[in-house]
Amino acid sequence: MTIEAPDAFSKGRTPTFEESARESLANAQLRRNIGKATQAIRTRRAQAVEELPDWEELRQAGYDLKTRVMRHLDEYLLQLEESVHKAGGHVHWVRDATEANRIIADIAKNHEAKEVVKVKSIATDEIKLNEFLEEEGIKAVETDLAEFIIQLAGEISSHILVPAIHKNRAEIRELFIKKLGAEDLSDEPSDLTNAARLYLREKFLQAKVGISGANFAVAETGTVCVVESEGNGRMCTTLPPVLVMLMGIEKIIPTWQDFEVFMQLLPRSSTAERMNPYTSFWTGVSEGDGPKEFHLVLMDNGRTEILADDIGRQTLNCIRCSACLNVCPVYERTGGHAYNSVYPGPIGAILTPQLVGIGRPGTDSLPYASSLCGACYDVCPVKINIPEVLIHLRGRVVRHRQDGGGLKGKLDPENVAMRTMARTFSDRRLYEAAQKAARISQWPLARSGAIHRLPGKLAGWTEARDLKPIPEQTFREWWKSRNGS
Amino acid sequence: MQFSFNTSAQPTLKKPPGAGPPLQVWSQYISYHCAVRTALFITCINDTLFPETGRATVELLERLGIGVDFPLEQTCCGQMHFNTGYQREAIPLVRRFVEVFKEYEAIVSPSGSCAGMVREVYPMAAELANDKRLAAEVEEVTPKVFELAEFLVKKLGVTDVGAYYPHWVTYHPTCHSLRMLEVGDAPLKLLRAVRGIDFVELPEAEQCCGFGGTFAVKNADTSIAMLSDKLGHILETEAEVCTAGDNSCLMHIGGGLRRQRVGVRTVHLAQILASTEERRKL
Amino acid sequence: MVEVEKRFVTSAREEILQRIRRATYDVPKEERPEDVPVECGYRKKDDAPREEMIEHFAENVTEYEATVRRVSEAGLKEAITQTCQERDIRRLVVPPGVPEGWLPDSVEALRDDTGTLLTNQELDESDGVLTGCALGIAQTGTIVLDAGEGQGRRALTLLPDYHLCVVREEQIVGLVPQAFAWLADAVKREGRAVTFISGPSATSDIELDRVEGVHGPRTLEVIIAG
Ligand code: SF4
Repeated sequence: MTIEAPDAFSKGRTPTFEESARESLANAQLRRNIGKATQAIRTRRAQAVEELPDWEELRQAGYDLKTRVMRHLDEYLLQLEESVHKAGGHVHWVRDATEANRIIADIAKNHEAKEVVKVKSIATDEIKLNEFLEEEGIKAVETDLAEFIIQLAGEISSHILVPAIHKNRAEIRELFIKKLGAEDLSDEPSDLTNAARLYLREKFLQAKVGISGANFAVAETGTVCVVESEGNGRMCTTLPPVLVMLMGIEKIIPTWQDFEVFMQLLPRSSTAERMNPYTSFWTGVSEGDGPKEFHLVLMDNGRTEILADDIGRQTLNCIRCSACLNVCPVYERTGGHAYNSVYPGPIGAILTPQLVGIGRPGTDSLPYASSLCGACYDVCPVKINIPEVLIHLRGRVVRHRQDGGGLKGKLDPENVAMRTMARTFSDRRLYEAAQKAARISQWPLARSGAIHRLPGKLAGWTEARDLKPIPEQTFREWWKSRNGS
Repeated sequence: MQFSFNTSAQPTLKKPPGAGPPLQVWSQYISYHCAVRTALFITCINDTLFPETGRATVELLERLGIGVDFPLEQTCCGQMHFNTGYQREAIPLVRRFVEVFKEYEAIVSPSGSCAGMVREVYPMAAELANDKRLAAEVEEVTPKVFELAEFLVKKLGVTDVGAYYPHWVTYHPTCHSLRMLEVGDAPLKLLRAVRGIDFVELPEAEQCCGFGGTFAVKNADTSIAMLSDKLGHILETEAEVCTAGDNSCLMHIGGGLRRQRVGVRTVHLAQILASTEERRKL
Repeated sequence: MVEVEKRFVTSAREEILQRIRRATYDVPKEERPEDVPVECGYRKKDDAPREEMIEHFAENVTEYEATVRRVSEAGLKEAITQTCQERDIRRLVVPPGVPEGWLPDSVEALRDDTGTLLTNQELDESDGVLTGCALGIAQTGTIVLDAGEGQGRRALTLLPDYHLCVVREEQIVGLVPQAFAWLADAVKREGRAVTFISGPSATSDIELDRVEGVHGPRTLEVIIAG
């Protein structure tokens, strides 16, 4: 049932953002759905944030706390491990996706689970857990409504928070009729939701193992937290006797009291609510309440590489609220699939290439998927300077190509042009000569006062835009003549 | 004539009693600003493609009694290189900028994104260069860099520059002016004080126009998709002119408007502010 | 767990820790986590008058499409009885610690006692659940359960389709930080599970159209008693 388009975290080459964006941009329905959705949620988020007079102080505290965690991540992880042990939970450390998948599958097998219920977790999507489990003969049932829809459709998510944002009600109705055998189903969202409720209730009651991601884990107490809306999270983390939680090592917060910051930042940024409907906090296992066995899997999978880059490090502050997606003018037009990653939008553009490593054409194109307008930085609740990281990563991409790309990298037309231009700009005489040369050489292009078509790589510009020809006199020529020098 | 004096502006000018003839008041600026060495940082795009914006900036500042210098050694701030990833290549340009401008006490630019490059990105470049001296010089120079509207409103405390421009105008706040430099409503204050103008608000003004430097070429499809929406909003206003504080965005917006033959023009804010009744008669 | 697996995992642990230490090379050796400054300029406490806070709580809960009513302590039983009649609730799940005096005579109480826990099946088939709570947060309209007196284990407020929750006026705090401060003991000393409930479960997954009630109780009713 799980069909996966290759993404940055699966084997094989992924297309570049430009290539994929072209496809998405041509899909009017997708653009309408995403445009409508992001606009609505953008406005609501602004209102929810407006309500808090101390929003900027909260953001600063969130940033500071995350900075503290990253600088002392080793200590915090050890503290978390100890706290979870004390509370009766098990802790596993995994270096990469393979180790993570293995351990989760083994736990499921130890309990003879043929089917596991899952709360939406991007970390498990990152490691392709569902596919792995399937190969091991275990079926993973997604229980978040959107993920459930996507899983039924055999598609991949297009938004961190509302993964089925690209599907409309009619499509979902058809899908349910076909896959769930539901009859007499209207396309009212409430009816569709009810059909999923009935189907999934059975799954929750029967499941032996639940799998979830983590929003936060408290080093001090070992408390972990799942923030959600639908109640599927509560179901998965309460009903099955065994609970496995996969978390990236960056999800730590120092103390219980620090929730006072993050539980204000997250709901308003993500769903634009004062508080999301359900948040579960639990600490190890509780006698007679919830699972009897709790496993916490601490995963690196590229995160320590990000930690090692002092500009990239702030990427690990991310609390996956998706506010940056909703304000991003690029994401609003292309949707999530163009990013070819489980992490779309601005955060995906910086997180994905860092997680998989610089030097792959598909993911190397992601830092360029931005006009650097800065809207993401403005809304990010943990103050990740996304434009700064984008620019920094572009630098890493270029340097990687120049230094490791051999002759091909050096002869790359963009590289040659950029280097020539840089040399020109470094010398006033060369620069002034180039201004004159450009004025002369443009004449074959300029017609009726404008340039309608540029050659080569620059042709993209004139696809929909005329270009103004270079005027007769540069500013400096005017200045010189005016001042008689 | 209204003058609002910003308390953070250096000169301790008294609010003029009543509305005096402009020149009389501006002379107060002259006395102070002759002492301040102000440089025009034109940017390579304006120098080569939009000389009229540079001329307007000079005229405007001179009309306000501010003598500007144009150091001819200036070329390009390195924004395109740095933002596209050619950062090692941009470092000599950073050095050059600092060298050329460090003597000045105020550096004014009719470009939000280039001013933003210097003010916000140069420190990162200096760090990449791993050059402590450069970092120190950058730290010295960056607070003296101003975008034109910001310089007028926040530094000089002037909102009415005595301009006359009898047209329907809408304003696109470019992203770098808005979010990087946080020039706020400075350009709007200036525009609203222009005589004869019919100012119309642009819907969804804060949305990016889709230019983004090399983004416009590398991701031409997405860039054009963003532009289309921006053009739609501009046309909604029924304005004759769309203005902004940055010719790079205007080149992109203007190129789109021209291609569509809708007749709406793009004009840099400096040119509107430089325009006066007398000049129009010439 | 098997021995082999354990060894494999331990080495991953060492390696990850090592990678982290290498990655944070720029952090001075003597720096302690507390040395990294955290600016706490946000509000920690709400100084609004009590009555205003309670009203604010009621308003915010109502905005989540939960029904709210305010009664006096003495009128509690009557209010609960009335609510159950309106909703046609006959079999009501009752966690330990719910005062006997709250229970309407008209309903059958399904008690979840330590000796005889209700099965998931029984919970699923009940008409609803009646609980108290640990706290209410005015700022967000949140009800907090901490598995304490009158609240029971988590499944009780999850499987029934209807949740009636009694909040005492003195349990309402103003801001989110106050709630976490209040809960610290239950978590740190007893490791109790905490659940924040802000309105009935909801989804906006289909065209961002909000649907109340996905999993968990589709209806939430709150009675503020004081
Ligand atoms: S980067 Fe910031 S805004 Fe984007 S998802 Fe992460 S926390 Fe939210």
